[in-house]
Amino acid sequence: MADQSAAPLLIDLTDQPIDVAAVLHAAESDEAGAVNAFIGTVRNRSEGRRVMRLHYEAYPPMALHQLRRVAEMALEKWPMLRKVAVSHRHGTLEIGDVAVVVAVSTPHRADSFAACEYIIDTLKEVVPIWKKEEYEDGTVWVAAHP
Amino acid sequence: MNLTVSLFGIAREIVGQPSLTLTAPAGQSAAGLLAELRTAYPALAGLRSLAVAVNNEYAAANVELHERDEIALIPPVSGG
Repeated sequence: MADQSAAPLLIDLTDQPIDVAAVLHAAESDEAGAVNAFIGTVRNRSEGRRVMRLHYEAYPPMALHQLRRVAEMALEKWPMLRKVAVSHRHGTLEIGDVAVVVAVSTPHRADSFAACEYIIDTLKEVVPIWKKEEYEDGTVWVAAHP
Repeated sequence: MNLTVSLFGIAREIVGQPSLTLTAPAGQSAAGLLAELRTAYPALAGLRSLAVAVNNEYAAANVELHERDEIALIPPVSGG
């Protein structure tokens, strides 16, 4: 069992729709006056082209491990973090679907904004999940080329 | 020794299969593996980045690979 005195983490990778309320709930703490969340959704345009849907491919064991590492790095930078909850979707997502939810709680709001931003920014740099955009006339792996 | 390399995203599409098994000299490094793969599949050299992961961690260039390691090629990530 994890040490319950440490800030608990919810780390999830799923091919099912993300229950946003459940992720927010997982970040709540009686010791926190602030819960901050980032919700990433699938938008219908990318660099001027109409996006039909997105395909997320993950390397699950490493993605979960690296997600946990990102959360642990946030806990080192913001020791006042009470809870961290991250859920990332993979598979095929339609426009408007929720791709990722990051939720954190801290006693005061400034830390929770900062920690939440750090987690989503770092996640996008290191967690092995790949996004393929599907247009009307083809597909492109996002960020693959210079 | 034989190494098995898992492939994802655009790297899987470039190579045309989800994993590769290749024969490597003992002491082969992560950088050595990358060089070999870029020679075999020149399109890999056109990617913005390409990392080697060993047992779920990003491997430094000089990390030595072993037969039982879980090795993966990590093209530029784009989650979130």
